Amino acid sequence: MMTTTLTARSPNTDRTMSAQPSKNSRNNAIYARRRFVNGFNMTASLLAMGFGLFWLAWILYTLLAHGLAGMSMDVFTKITPPPGSAGGLINAIAGSLKMTFFGTLLGTPIGILAGVYLAEFGDRGWLAPATRFINDILLSAPSIVIGLFIYEMYVVTMGHFSGWAGALALSLLVIPVVVRTTENMLRLVPNSLREAAIALGAPQWKVTMYVTLRSAKAGVITGILLAVARISGETAPLLFTALNNQFWSGMNQPMANLPIVIFQFAMSPYEDWHALAWAGALLITLSVLTLNIVARWLGSQKTQSH
Amino acid sequence: MEKLSNSANPKRQMMLDSLFRVTTRFFAFLVLALLVGILISLVIGAMPSIRHFGWGFLTSTEWDPVSENFGAVVPIFGTLVTSFIALLIGVPVSFGIAIFLTEICPPLLKRPLGIAVELLAGIPSIIYGMWGLFVFAPLFGDHVQPWVMENLGEWPLIGFLFQGAPMGIGIFTAGLILAIMVIPFIASVMRDVFEVVPPMLKESAYGLGGTTWEVVRNVVLPYTKTGVIGGIMLGLGRALGETMAVTFVIGNSTNLSTSLFDAGNSIASALANEFAEATGEFHMAALIELGLILFFITFVVLSCSKLLLLQLKKQEGRNS
Repeated sequence: MMTTTLTARSPNTDRTMSAQPSKNSRNNAIYARRRFVNGFNMTASLLAMGFGLFWLAWILYTLLAHGLAGMSMDVFTKITPPPGSAGGLINAIAGSLKMTFFGTLLGTPIGILAGVYLAEFGDRGWLAPATRFINDILLSAPSIVIGLFIYEMYVVTMGHFSGWAGALALSLLVIPVVVRTTENMLRLVPNSLREAAIALGAPQWKVTMYVTLRSAKAGVITGILLAVARISGETAPLLFTALNNQFWSGMNQPMANLPIVIFQFAMSPYEDWHALAWAGALLITLSVLTLNIVARWLGSQKTQSH
Repeated sequence: MEKLSNSANPKRQMMLDSLFRVTTRFFAFLVLALLVGILISLVIGAMPSIRHFGWGFLTSTEWDPVSENFGAVVPIFGTLVTSFIALLIGVPVSFGIAIFLTEICPPLLKRPLGIAVELLAGIPSIIYGMWGLFVFAPLFGDHVQPWVMENLGEWPLIGFLFQGAPMGIGIFTAGLILAIMVIPFIASVMRDVFEVVPPMLKESAYGLGGTTWEVVRNVVLPYTKTGVIGGIMLGLGRALGETMAVTFVIGNSTNLSTSLFDAGNSIASALANEFAEATGEFHMAALIELGLILFFITFVVLSCSKLLLLQLKKQEGRNS
């Protein structure tokens, strides 16, 4: 492949790059043109980078300006108000935390075990490649479809929307993230470590649980944090699973949660609801970005120590 | 060590071993079953609509919850057009960012800028939606749209794209916000595949006197083209299924319009807006059928992306 690339390109490079002493001025023109094209494209690339950073800065600035304006102690102490009266977001914050917690709790073990299978037993047979493929598709599948699925499977069967349905939908989003990172991290563990444990007479399950998984711990935790970061900002799968609630509620009832409250409040015509929506948006973004940064920091620590 | 010798009963350990194997295998299978389960449940849920409307569902522009008459053209059209706009803007920009990060960025800035682009990917989609609705759309509607309409609206051939009322929200705004959202995904895949190009190849081209652009154009791109296309498809998959950002700014109209500045509807935003309130039997089934269509389209797109990226990996393996 390497050689073919080079030979395929050589006529082209000959034409543009070889020196022909008799046509010096033409060469200079060609050279100037090549420099110009290069300069033009590299400037464009610089501008593209600026374009990306521009939106990031603008969005974060808006979020901080509006979010801080809407922030007050009430946000953390009072429940969501009807329009026109004072209130906060505490029931929505609590609902989000609960559903994220249970979603992670349900999804993580499944993800880790499936990831272990892919990394430790996944070199033969049809199941592992197929699972890997499907998992990567689930990783970017539209989350609203996951919501539809849980609606069909759980909400219709139980006859009502509930916090559990929301947690279930979130857990289905956790699984692919955890499967992917667990497999990747386990594959980074050197084989000599496994062989050493096996040579000591340890059975496979102990090798995996006490040696391989343990040495990949930081990486697996990174994966879980990334999954939490992903689901804490998700709105679409909660729309018709957890629905919403104006008051405190248990896991078995429709449950208030930050993303949907933000959606509902932002789409409303009331100014005070808008302020609360911005405050909630700031809270969500800060927690998601913090989780992302911590996860990445943890992940880079791991790769550096190897 | 203690633990190992304590439980050194070979038979028991062998049983535990096969139990372990079967358990992990079961969970791997569960992931596979999940996809099949989603598909089956959607088909079952959509059955009344599939039976009642047949293929006509895919060609009808009608969407009337009152008389229970549904067709999927408007939402499918909205989904495809917004995603197309997103790629049209997002791909060149992502390509530029990837070149910048791999070829011309000073090493000191590489990490912070890489993280900044990834932060853009980390912002929840609902934030993009709010920002689009409250900040971007008013500015766009007041300052940019009237100018564009005045200057391009009368042009032959493309003029019809820029007509209507300057509301700020609409199909174009949704596409632009989608573009901002998919840029980090496409850019990070492109950056990763650009980095697998063997340095020797690039250095030989530089050694022949090639400029940075010529190296990118004639060495890096041919070497990574499957990966680049895979990254674009991945971005497309994201754009097609994006719900909240689009729901905020697309305007949710059920009429078909050719103007990019008009309100439209996408599959995901139709689901987000109507599903919880759908009461009629066919209304709900039609919405689920929309979800099924969306799932099918993204499945195909993401499969293509995955296959292309796998192919690049194979090629890389052959070289090393």
